[in-house]
Amino acid sequence: MNLRLNWIGFATLLRKEWIRVIRIWVQTIVPPAITMTLYFIIFGNLIGRRIGSMDGFNYMQYIAPGLIMMAVITNSYANVVSSFFGAKFARHIEEMLIAPMSNVTIILGHVAGGVVRGLLVGGLVTGIALAFTRLHVEHPLVTFSVVLLSSVVFSLAGFINAVFAKKFDDISIVPTFVLTPLTYLGGVFYSISLLPEFWQKVSLANPILYMVNAFRYGILGKSDIDIEYAYLIIVLFVAGLFSVSLSLMNRGVGIRT
Amino acid sequence: MLALSIKNLTKTYPNGVEALKGIDFEVESGDFYALLGPNGAGKTTAIGIICSLVNKTAGAVEIFGHSIDRELAAAKACIGLVPQELNLNAFDTVLNIVVNQAGYYGIERREALRRAEKYLGELRLWDRRQEPSRSLSGGMKRRLMIARALIHEPKLLILDEPTAGVDIEIRRSMWDFLKRTNEAGTTIILTTHYLEEAESLCRHVAIIDKGRIIENASMSSVLRKLKREVFVLSLRNPVAEAPDLDGFDTLLRDDGDLEVAIDSTRDLNEVFERLSRKAIAVTSLRNKTNRLEELFIGLVGHGRSDSAAGSGGAK
Repeated sequence: MNLRLNWIGFATLLRKEWIRVIRIWVQTIVPPAITMTLYFIIFGNLIGRRIGSMDGFNYMQYIAPGLIMMAVITNSYANVVSSFFGAKFARHIEEMLIAPMSNVTIILGHVAGGVVRGLLVGGLVTGIALAFTRLHVEHPLVTFSVVLLSSVVFSLAGFINAVFAKKFDDISIVPTFVLTPLTYLGGVFYSISLLPEFWQKVSLANPILYMVNAFRYGILGKSDIDIEYAYLIIVLFVAGLFSVSLSLMNRGVGIRT
Repeated sequence: MLALSIKNLTKTYPNGVEALKGIDFEVESGDFYALLGPNGAGKTTAIGIICSLVNKTAGAVEIFGHSIDRELAAAKACIGLVPQELNLNAFDTVLNIVVNQAGYYGIERREALRRAEKYLGELRLWDRRQEPSRSLSGGMKRRLMIARALIHEPKLLILDEPTAGVDIEIRRSMWDFLKRTNEAGTTIILTTHYLEEAESLCRHVAIIDKGRIIENASMSSVLRKLKREVFVLSLRNPVAEAPDLDGFDTLLRDDGDLEVAIDSTRDLNEVFERLSRKAIAVTSLRNKTNRLEELFIGLVGHGRSDSAAGSGGAK
């Protein structure tokens, strides 16, 4: 593999994705900011005051890491699925497919775009959270690594969704019927210790639970899940989804006839 | 050196359609090569396989000696493609489209910007460089796709109907540009339905029909295979009926012009001698159809005798 060629290809894709995120900022940055502000006002402030403390923190502080992670996950996913499917739909994906850069570079370039948007929106939501409550980051390295890896996981998931998608409806099915329920049931708003034992075990099958809890551990120092186990799950998802993405690209599934 | 070598290339789509049934052809480096055929003949499938947009079923493809099976990246680096369908990012600017394409080929941004100025300038798009591609006219979009295909300065440029839907003035300026590009050393493969375009630009021609190559030779030798040509003569004074020209088939058209069919073994001088003897003056002469078109229809017309070239009588 020509490393220099692929590095320039990667940088080009990342730059293209950055320009896209900024060009359509009304669609990419403003909606999550508004949605998260409403979450903080309604769940954190109005309802949260009646809930009281959770795991030793006031409810606003407790849900803040989960809401930040939710914003990162949904925006990483949305960026890659819409960008890659848009390129497929308008056929300018051919610009990449005929070029000598590798399939690994195409995947990494799009994932990097998803991560950039995820972190950008995550940073914005963190800023909004700070307007409502005080957050002290207990473990900065854990916080950053977990948010980065989680963003990679959902960027890859968005990529796979885009590869299989044949029409615009197909890129909203997974976020609506899979991603949103998993996020809401992934411990963003509650500790799974509040659930009956059976539902606690069911919740352990939800990968988002590990990400939200590992991120919460990074910020608050509290988690329902063992942190090492959470890392293992997240890294396995990164490796698994990347392998699937590369296999799909190499076989040309959904992109070559 | 061979720019392109295709051996026994086949493609069967999942629905069972055999788009290519084992085609072979070679294109010499520096050539200007026409790949012609009716709609659905397999041209775009062949180009798709050469450019890695379509998976082949069987066969071998080499681009400047690089196999697409074993050295795909090296093979891809040699090719620039102007596809048949418009495939520009509608929201990206003209400049970003060509500079990004350069990036995908590993060309650094500074060099990409220099080349963008060169090619967008030559194709008269530099003034529009900051505009999104959706704001361009159809002809401009076609020219932008050519600039994008050339930005990495490929050794082999493949154009799949590049002048479809553009007006004659732009088409001719594109022909001039492509001639200069070929003279500068770039091998060009062209598919087009404007056979005048292929005849005036290309030195070699392959005709593909129903997934098979049915003709493959130099343009001059292919045209020599025309057994019969039909000329249209404009007459100074109208005649009441088609004159008998002793051995030449004639037809008086509704517009008063005279059609004369001439076998390749005979001369036009004989026609003029006979017309002169009958005191019929001719003010202008033209082919009824493009010569390549006559041959093309003869080869792939499948009995479409109502067409002008149906009388072409290719071998």
